[in-house]
Amino acid sequence: MNNIHEFYNKMEESNIMLSFKGEVTSDLLTSILQIMETKMETLDEPPKIKKKVYNILVECLQNLYHHIDEDDKETKPNENSALFMIRKIDGEYSIMTGNYMAQENVDLMKGRLDKINAMDRDELKVYYKEVLNNGEMSAKGGGGLGMIDIARKSGKKLEYNFEPAADGYSFFSLNVKVAQ
Amino acid sequence: MEELKIEGSPKTPTIEFNPSTGYLLVRGRSIPENSIEFYKPLIEILEAYNQSSQANTKVDVQLEYFNTSSSKCILDVFKKLEAINSGSSEVTINWYYEEDDEDMLEAGEDYQAIINVPFKMIEVEEE
Repeated sequence: MNNIHEFYNKMEESNIMLSFKGEVTSDLLTSILQIMETKMETLDEPPKIKKKVYNILVECLQNLYHHIDEDDKETKPNENSALFMIRKIDGEYSIMTGNYMAQENVDLMKGRLDKINAMDRDELKVYYKEVLNNGEMSAKGGGGLGMIDIARKSGKKLEYNFEPAADGYSFFSLNVKVAQ
Repeated sequence: MEELKIEGSPKTPTIEFNPSTGYLLVRGRSIPENSIEFYKPLIEILEAYNQSSQANTKVDVQLEYFNTSSSKCILDVFKKLEAINSGSSEVTINWYYEEDDEDMLEAGEDYQAIINVPFKMIEVEEE
């Protein structure tokens, strides 16, 4: 039973406001957004921060949702789930996600993240407009805009990591900080 | 042609289009997981409207949030309006943003740069 206390302390020390591990569904997404909106309302966050955090939450959660949605036929049930956490340290919000990704998709994702991280504000704006207007659309409508938008709203570099896991998968961790 | 009315929900905006007055309103949040499906009726009615448009078409876009999945669909809506504008109707798009919401203003400017229709950026007070 001590374990629960340890979990509690760990989450408390890490300033976790909300965490979820499991399958990301449309209903869950709605609930998390509502909870976070109420929390930020209670904390009396400036509208600017509230909007940025909300926008990034939407994109991060929908990334997880679509990722799982698209892959669920080949993915093992236990790898069908994702980790989502939001924390606030010294007034700075950070949104963290973790999920398994098939090894063959890792290089493509890495390439996209590095390309985005190499850009400054103005370059991201140009790149966003380019991708917005290129006519390509994924089946769900996103078409590669999500990460660019996250980077623009965040105002910081995207922190990420890929850790090799079993059976041709990697664990993809993403940490998005919201500039004050 | 019948009016299009879609009531807003926590994830989708209110949409009203009246072909006999040429007025389109998009208001609220647009964060559905599947935007293509949601925007389909609006795209379709705008296509039909282009065949028999009014002299003036006025568009109010009052979005609080929109996700990137919606942003491509919104561009498609604007492209339909661009076609209407180069046809027999004069189109104006009013893009509303709350004061201090630079991201929403910038989003409007991004569209303005792509679409050849007069845009008006209108700042409103926070609710």
